[in-house]
Order: sequence, then C-alpha cells, then structure tokens
Amino acid sequence: MADTVTEAKAGFTTKFYNSLFEVAEGEKIKTCLQCADCSGVCPFGYLMDFPPGRMIAWMRAGILDKMLDTDSVWMCVSCYACTEVCPKNIPLTPGLMTRAKEELLLAGNIPTELQSALEFSQRYGNPLGESPRKRADWTADLDFEVPIMRKAKRPVDVLWFVGDYASYHPRVQKTTKAFAKLLHKLGIDFGILGPEENSDGDSQRLAGERGLFEMLAEKNGKAFSQYEFKEIITTDPHAYNAIKNEYPQLGIEYPVRHYTEFLTERIEEIKPLLKDNGKKKVTYHDPCYLGRANNIYDAPRTLLEAIPGVEIVEMSHTKSTSLCCGGGGGGMWLDGFQWEKGEVRLSDWRVKEAVTSGAEILAVACPYEPPRFEDSTKTVPGAEKIIVNDILELLIGAME
Amino acid sequence: MAKIVAIVKMVPDLVEELEINEAGTGLDRDWLRLIINEFDNHAIEQAILLKERDAGEVTVIAPDAEGVEDMLFTTAAKGADRMIKLAGDLEEGANNHALARAFAEAAKPYQPDLILTGVQANDDLDGPVGPLVAEYLGMPYVGYISGVTIEGNKAIVRKEYPGGLIGEMEVTLPAVLGIQAGEEPPRYVAISKVRQMMKTAEIDEQEISELNPNGGVIAKRMYLPEAAKRAEMIEGDEEEIAAKLVAIFKKAGAL
Ligand code: SF4
Ligand code: SF4
Repeated sequence: MADTVTEAKAGFTTKFYNSLFEVAEGEKIKTCLQCADCSGVCPFGYLMDFPPGRMIAWMRAGILDKMLDTDSVWMCVSCYACTEVCPKNIPLTPGLMTRAKEELLLAGNIPTELQSALEFSQRYGNPLGESPRKRADWTADLDFEVPIMRKAKRPVDVLWFVGDYASYHPRVQKTTKAFAKLLHKLGIDFGILGPEENSDGDSQRLAGERGLFEMLAEKNGKAFSQYEFKEIITTDPHAYNAIKNEYPQLGIEYPVRHYTEFLTERIEEIKPLLKDNGKKKVTYHDPCYLGRANNIYDAPRTLLEAIPGVEIVEMSHTKSTSLCCGGGGGGMWLDGFQWEKGEVRLSDWRVKEAVTSGAEILAVACPYEPPRFEDSTKTVPGAEKIIVNDILELLIGAME
Repeated sequence: MAKIVAIVKMVPDLVEELEINEAGTGLDRDWLRLIINEFDNHAIEQAILLKERDAGEVTVIAPDAEGVEDMLFTTAAKGADRMIKLAGDLEEGANNHALARAFAEAAKPYQPDLILTGVQANDDLDGPVGPLVAEYLGMPYVGYISGVTIEGNKAIVRKEYPGGLIGEMEVTLPAVLGIQAGEEPPRYVAISKVRQMMKTAEIDEQEISELNPNGGVIAKRMYLPEAAKRAEMIEGDEEEIAAKLVAIFKKAGAL
C-alpha cells in the first residue's frame, strides 16, 4: 500500500512535468538555471510556498506532489513578470503556473470566492453572476443607438467585443460609454453582440479552468460565425489576449485589436476634436495583458500625448516592468483570499507609485483597473486627490 | 454499505426577473431560467461526503426540466453512482404532492437507507418535498439538518436551533432527512470532468406512472408585490420633525 502511494506521488511529478511540454516552447523548462529571478520579481513571491523557481526545483527532485496540499499558488495573478525576466525565456505564466492551478482545481483545492466566479461564468456567461439578458443594458441611457448584431441584421466594419466588467460593472460602464461615444463621433460602422456575447474566458483559463475557457470560447466563436464584420475591437486586454492568442488554437480565427491600437491609427482624425482643458500631469499604468503579454506600450501613450495640456510622468515600474493591479489570473475573484494571506493589495502598491510620480491622474486601459485603483486611492495616504481614468474617459473629457 | 438517495429539483433562478403567466395564476415558464435548488445541492454534497467517509452508493433522482441533464452529469462528476431523470407531463411544473409521490415511487426499488433532500425550495407552494416523501414511504423525517453520521442502522443527525443551539438526535433508518446545509459547501468540479461524464455516464430516464397533485394548493392569483403607500416622509427642521413625530406616536398610542 505504502509503495503504491509513493509511486502515485512520484507519478504526479512526472505527469505534471511532461504536461508542460504541451504549452508552446514548454520544453524550455529543461534549461532552467535556478537563478530564482522569477521568484524574486514575483509581486507575491514572498507569500508563495511554491514560487516558480522553487516549483521547478521540487519538480526536479520528484516531490512536487507536496504542492497539492498547499494553496498559495492561488496568489499567482498571471502577471507575466516572471516570464518577462526569465533569462531562458521559459513560458512560466502560461505554462508552469497555469498548469499548477489546473492541478489544484482538479484536486478540489480551490478558494470558495473563485469557485463562485467560475460557477457564474459557466451558468451566466459572466463571472459577476449577472443576468446574460442584461448584457447590453449599459447602452440604454446613451442618446444614440448602439447596434446589436442580431437586431441590426447587416454587416458592420467593426464588431466590438465589450467584455464582462465593461458590460456590467457600474464604474467600468462609464469607460464603456466613453468608447461608444467615441465610435459614434468618429462615424465608425460598428455593432455589439449583446446577450449573445459570453465572457472571453481568459482569466478563467489562467485560474486553472481550461475546460470552462473552451466552453466560453466555443460559444463566442459560434456567435462570431453568424455575423459579417471586418475585425474585432475590444477595450479589454484580457479579451484581446484570448481572441488574439488563444482562440485560434480552437479554430476561432478573427483579426482583433485593442482600442488603443485602433484609435492610434485614427489619431489625426481625433486630434482636431480635442480641446485644451488646462495642464495635467498624467501617469499611465501598463496593464499586464496589453504590455508584457502583448507588447503594446506605445499606442496608449500616443493617445495620451495627443490630449492638449497632458504631461506624461512615468512611475518607477513602467512598461515591461509594470506592476500588476492584482486582478489577473483569477485575482479579480480572490481579493479576500489574497488579503487573508498577506494583508496586502497590489493595487495599493501601484497607487503609492502613482503618488510618488507626482501625477494628478492615473490613466489606465483595462476594465479591471478603475475599480481596483479607485479603491486604493481611498486608503493609500496621499492618494486622495488622484483621479483614476481610462484613456477613453480622458479623450471624451477633452472633447466636451 | 449505505444506500443513499438524493431527491432534487430544478427551481426558478432569481437572477432573472420573474414574469407572471397570462392567466395570472403562476409563473410564465417560457421566461424561466432554472437552477438546482440550493438546499438540494447541499443534500447532494452531504450524500457524496457520506459515501466518501463510510463507503456507500449514491443515487440522484430529479424530475425532468431544462438544464437537468447538465446538473445530473455534474453530480456524476462529483461522485454520484446513478442518475435518474423522471419524465412525465411536467411542462407546467408539478406541485410538491405530485412530485413527492413520483419521488417515493422511484426511490422505493433502491431500498434506500437514507433519503436526503433540501429542506426547502423557493417554489414550495404546498410545503416541502421531504416530509411528503417520508409520509408516502412510511419513514421518519427530520428537517433542518446540517450534519449526518451513520452508525449501523441509525443515523446521528445535527440540527440547528435559533440562538446558536445545536441538537443532536438519533433516527432509525431508513429515514428521510431535510438538509439545511451539507457539512462542507457544495464542491466545484472542473468542466473537463463534467464533459467527460457527458461522454461516459448514462442518465436513466424513468416515466412517472401518474402525476397525482391531490392534497396540494391551487393558486388562484399570483402577482408581484404591490407597492403600498404607507410611507410618509416627515419634512421640516429638527424641532418641527420632533413635534410631528411626537404627535404621530401619541396618535398610535405609543406615548
Ligand atoms: S505570473 Fe506574476 S504572480 Fe504569477 S508567478 Fe509569475 S510573477 Fe508571480
Ligand atoms: S528565472 Fe527562469 S531560469 Fe531563473 S529560476 Fe526562474 S525559470 Fe529558472
């Protein structure tokens, strides 16, 4: 009996190790130098029983089954910081860390908060547990109509994938409406899926629920296939990442851009619409899934620079070293868990940096961020006056 | 080895606003989204926990409804051994008297030691299912249970009382238990496991011989709560408000 248990445990490490090769460039794991740069740069590394470097060490020792009895892997916010610094370019975030969460989930070792977000996603197509029928309700108080594909029954140039928080979260809806107004002002021919849209599923995937991700992707793929459009645009870097890098592996292939790229292309059309509303110091937070995961650093800054009176100041962590807001990889649904583990919030750390930078405005480009950072401005000393705005809100603000 | 039957049902999901049917006598079922009754979900968890702890065999029985198969495959992924879907003329929904008779008939052949069900559901117009099933099978019933231990032909059950009191009692098996909460919250199963079950597990479909609603209530009118105009906003400065309040209290006989 004891022998079979030992064998099963050793078997876990081998099985886990082999499964890493299925991720793109996964075999690079063999070249790990044990330099521990990954664990050092990880914003929650000091709270993890198994930060990436140690996970690899225990795997090499054949005793990684011990990880299944711990829960601190759930601290990983899939921020790509470890992947970015690894001198051997090992895909730590999409490979090692995500596989580890998948194993924990299969073993039933999953925080309750995360469980409800996953159940909601499965049931309602969004992690917030909102009615899918109300997905387009945010459009109601605009003074123009936002075309919903099923009703519009015509091809459009741009299919706008709105996303979960952008559709339902009361704070983020302001950003969503700003984008709608901008598209309207620019005379873009666009449409949305409304109730037919499901969560992009990317954060659920990075929280270890690959099956759920695939289910959601298939539903979106089916909805996409019913309509004619030239490209997909989204304000959500997580949706952008999913549609650009993950959906094609499931046979769902469409050109997709983040709004910052889409608007930068039209910058000469936008500039004449922008007024000078006075001088403002603005700092920009690079979202993990726009920056490190997809290398988009310039487009958001180009948009900000176009606004008269804006002076950009950078925070100490910027571009590829940007600090995660804490919302990725399931972090949006693990706030209580993270607080219990370390009594820290990554968004507080980021807002402290914004204070030090001397900025009046913290500009963002991801729907996870306005609520997280705004909460932090209420608790971080000196941050009371910092305004958190999506770039879209700043653009629309400069037009009014 | 205990034979455990969990009897469960799908109920209206309150994430959507409820609509009343044209006749004004019930819910408009075209607009309903259904979800497993939360208490039934706890009953399933308790059944699986008992199986894992003491060995046993778990059968889950549910009447046909939209989404019931997904729900049954999910319970299979959690560890249920047998899933039964009761089919019949259930389109307009059946009352609990009819369902309880059907549940009792379906459960009987398995000679269960324990029947677990949610203590209540949001669509229990004619009383909860558990006591009715117990009556039809001639078994004892204990409700509001939040813990079960099987000891031979007896079960020790824990029941919560107001004020934080917990009562422990012994019940002779076979018995029906109305579950308030499982010992652990209902577990999460990865979708990949559920999808696997959809390919390998089978749901046994059984026809309900007769849906007999006798003993239930007949809803004559169902309607959304009508706003009553009982609230009065008292206006004025502090002195005026205080004086008005005193007058109101006097009139009501409270002063
Ligand atoms: S992805 Fe980010 S949070 Fe996760 S291990 Fe790497 S550095 Fe840490
Ligand atoms: S940074 Fe890369 S090479 Fe260094 S320990 Fe981490 S995985 Fe290994």
